[in-house]
Amino acid sequence: MIDRRLLNNFDWSILVVPLIVSLIGVMTIYSATRPVLDAEQESFYLRQFYWIILSLFVFFVVVSVDYKWFIRFAYPVFIFGILLLVIVLVAGKKGMGAQRWINLGFLSFQPAEFFKIFFILALSRYLSGTGQATMLGMSELVKIAAVFFIIPAILILKQPDLGTTVILLFIFTAMVLTAGIRKKIILITVIALVVSLPFAGNIIWKGLKGYQKQRIIAFIDPQADPRGIGYHITQSKVSIGSGGFLGKGYMKGTQGPYRFLPENHTDFIFSIFAEERGFLGSAVLFMLYFFIIWRGFDTAKKARDTEGCFLVLGVTFMFSFYFFINIGMTLGMMPVVGVPLPLMSYGGTALLSNFMALSIIENVRMRRFALYY
Amino acid sequence: MERRITIAVYIVIFAFLVFFLRLWDLQIIKGNEYRKIDERNRLRVIDIPAPRGIIYDTKKRALVKNIPTFDIAVVREDLPEDEATLSSLGRLIGLSADDIRKRLSRATAKPFQPVRLKQNVSFEEVARVEARKIDFPGLQVNVVGARQYIYGDSASHVVGYLGRLSIEQLNAPEYRNVPRESFIGQFGIEKVYDAALRGIAGKKIIEVDAVGSIIRVVRIQRPVKGRDINLTIDIDLQVEAEKSLEGKAGAVVALKPDTGEILALASAPSFDPNLFLRGISYKDWRRLVSDPRKPFLNRAIQSQYAPGSTFKIITAIAALEQGIVTGNTTYTCRGSIYFGRVFRCWKAGGHGRVRLYKALVESCDVYFYEIAKKLGIDTLAQYAFGFGLGRRTGIELNGEVPGFVPTSAWKLEKRHEKWYKGETLNTVIGQGYLSATPIQMAKLIAAVVNGGRLFKPHLLKYADTDIRPESIVKIKPENIRLVKKALMGVVADRDGTGRLARSEIVGIGGKTGTTQVVAGDVTGGETPDKYKDHAWFVAFAPGENPRIAVAVFVEHGGHGSTSAAPIAKRIIEAYYRQG
Repeated sequence: MIDRRLLNNFDWSILVVPLIVSLIGVMTIYSATRPVLDAEQESFYLRQFYWIILSLFVFFVVVSVDYKWFIRFAYPVFIFGILLLVIVLVAGKKGMGAQRWINLGFLSFQPAEFFKIFFILALSRYLSGTGQATMLGMSELVKIAAVFFIIPAILILKQPDLGTTVILLFIFTAMVLTAGIRKKIILITVIALVVSLPFAGNIIWKGLKGYQKQRIIAFIDPQADPRGIGYHITQSKVSIGSGGFLGKGYMKGTQGPYRFLPENHTDFIFSIFAEERGFLGSAVLFMLYFFIIWRGFDTAKKARDTEGCFLVLGVTFMFSFYFFINIGMTLGMMPVVGVPLPLMSYGGTALLSNFMALSIIENVRMRRFALYY
Repeated sequence: MERRITIAVYIVIFAFLVFFLRLWDLQIIKGNEYRKIDERNRLRVIDIPAPRGIIYDTKKRALVKNIPTFDIAVVREDLPEDEATLSSLGRLIGLSADDIRKRLSRATAKPFQPVRLKQNVSFEEVARVEARKIDFPGLQVNVVGARQYIYGDSASHVVGYLGRLSIEQLNAPEYRNVPRESFIGQFGIEKVYDAALRGIAGKKIIEVDAVGSIIRVVRIQRPVKGRDINLTIDIDLQVEAEKSLEGKAGAVVALKPDTGEILALASAPSFDPNLFLRGISYKDWRRLVSDPRKPFLNRAIQSQYAPGSTFKIITAIAALEQGIVTGNTTYTCRGSIYFGRVFRCWKAGGHGRVRLYKALVESCDVYFYEIAKKLGIDTLAQYAFGFGLGRRTGIELNGEVPGFVPTSAWKLEKRHEKWYKGETLNTVIGQGYLSATPIQMAKLIAAVVNGGRLFKPHLLKYADTDIRPESIVKIKPENIRLVKKALMGVVADRDGTGRLARSEIVGIGGKTGTTQVVAGDVTGGETPDKYKDHAWFVAFAPGENPRIAVAVFVEHGGHGSTSAAPIAKRIIEAYYRQG
């Protein structure tokens, strides 16, 4: 049962701040999907709300189990995740040109969303086992990269899901870097990257799908074809920019509901928020996100063991990358990658996965006083 | 490890700072710019055309009508432009797929603005398109206002027609507020009073979504209907005048002598302004402009010819006023006189002893040659100017020509020659350098029967019924009476040159005129049309307090007495019959 001391150490801010952000998300989804011609309001906001309730439930379930159990079963869970990724490729459901969903009849979900957490678990277990004193060597790095990253990355790229693959790469790199690797390796890697960039870039460019190439072109020059490939970026900037300092006011935004900005309730939810709430609201929202991320890193520092530390680092990195890539994209500072804004974008699996990440932070934080335990 | 986490936190803080700066840049620095783009995104300005003013005749009968016509248009962004769709759409509206593609590619419409595929389609076609509209997303039928001319080619030179803005007009300040796609007056009253007739186009600002569906109307500025215009034209009389010119080239001007109100202003041949209903076809336009008889020429105001013997009225008045002749002064006509050379009378055998009355009635040239010997050209010119010759009447139509009255000063300046007396002999009978338009001659005869009071011929009904003369020529009443009596004789007398204008209904006065096209007599056989003389007839009725004055001009009509006089009679009788 849950120890009384655990309850005393429970950090409510890790639950409440994300909850506030996700409720802001529901409100924004409501405004973004409101019908402007006499049509019925689609129930996106309601479904998102149900997912929040489910996520809260899962949050408490995850929190109640000591994370050492997660670490213990990290590898089997990782293999299970790989299996799911294979299944989705063989028997998955197609949606919007990609095969990402597994349909269980009563609900469908995207295994890649949960896989990220399995991936962090496995990587945390491995990295915490290597010991803090020694820096990672080259052969070891190649080994873990092959096992933990390359295999799932190939499977996810097959779906195809570039966004998740990029996130996995970032998490992997960030965790390995934080774990510590020899400076020589960093140097060599950087040189190798720079040297091979024209060659590798060419291969990558050829390997990209047509729409992915277009997104990169559009990012480099949105004005090249503002009605075509640069459309998303241009309209997102128009949405945000037209908000001004105070915003147009809640339910007064036009870019989204009038469909000038597509996918406004998923990937571009921040644009809608910024249009209606302006610079002031966006700044407050950024503060909330910063608080969550900072809380993550703070927890990592205070964790009772390296397992907990890596675990929290992993999910915090994940959360941060999602945030930065999404906001960077909506602000027109990065190419359009189909990455949702954590906690706010419409989408149940991602919401659940984010609350699971937060519950891992909470889990580690409330059990940080190892001596009393 | 902890140190590396701290580095990560700093990186995160740095990233947040970058985002804040970017946000500041987008929302605060470039905020207004993006707000404008946002408005351009969703606000569209739609012109609401103003109903054009109606043009009425003097009895408030509409001469024009605003009618709806239909265009077939398509919103490119909604139509799949594959071969199958385009060719089946082509079959529906009677165009080839290539035609449609061409029209679409030529279009410079803004995104989501319909592109016109076909204009002025029939009701049947509209019905056909409406029935199958769902098969072709983006296809629409648009109603466009157009102008119909109820009386067809009647009064077309007066009423005019509409056309699209020309390139020059697009840039002209007076058309600045006119929607670019609209039709404006390009001829006649439609052009001259376009600003009043067209009204003020309204505007509708609507909010649309990304696919162009209207979400709400933001603001409506209602159009202001164009002002109606009431003409002095009597369409019945106008039609009668045109009928009487049928098959001929010429002009008829009928006006009220005591006001200058123009009852009919006909020019033949004419054209049908309905051809301009929605932009004239190239074929029709070529046909009209290359017609050697020049249907667009408004002969009533744009063609000037020597007035011929009709001018003898002015000579007679000048001679009487100058005391050169009286009603009793007699000259003998032997068919010609010698004055440096031989000057012939039209009647080879001569008129014998002639007084002014007979000289006018039988149009004796010799009598006027005798006057010319004593009458200076400049004095004569003063009377001609006084009665409105040599200058534009100022009628409310474009392109009027001024005619010409020669003077000695003019000759010295332009020809560097002094005026020869012999030329005066030519001038007194309305030949030589003199030229006048039919409208001027109508104004002239009206002024003469009015005792020298000149009224400006006009087409617009004045609100003020008390119309004042624009100028007055001082003439002794007995002289006017004398001339008028003679002009009555022209028609009434057995030997009067205008006897073919004699009417059972009303006493008509008038004067014939013939403008020589080639000098001398062309004898033997039929004269080819193009060498035939031009015929004039100026008339008024009744003798006392005339109510109507008419000028008739027939190009190559031969003699004024035979071709022009009956036309004048026909119009005057028509006017009297309708009461």
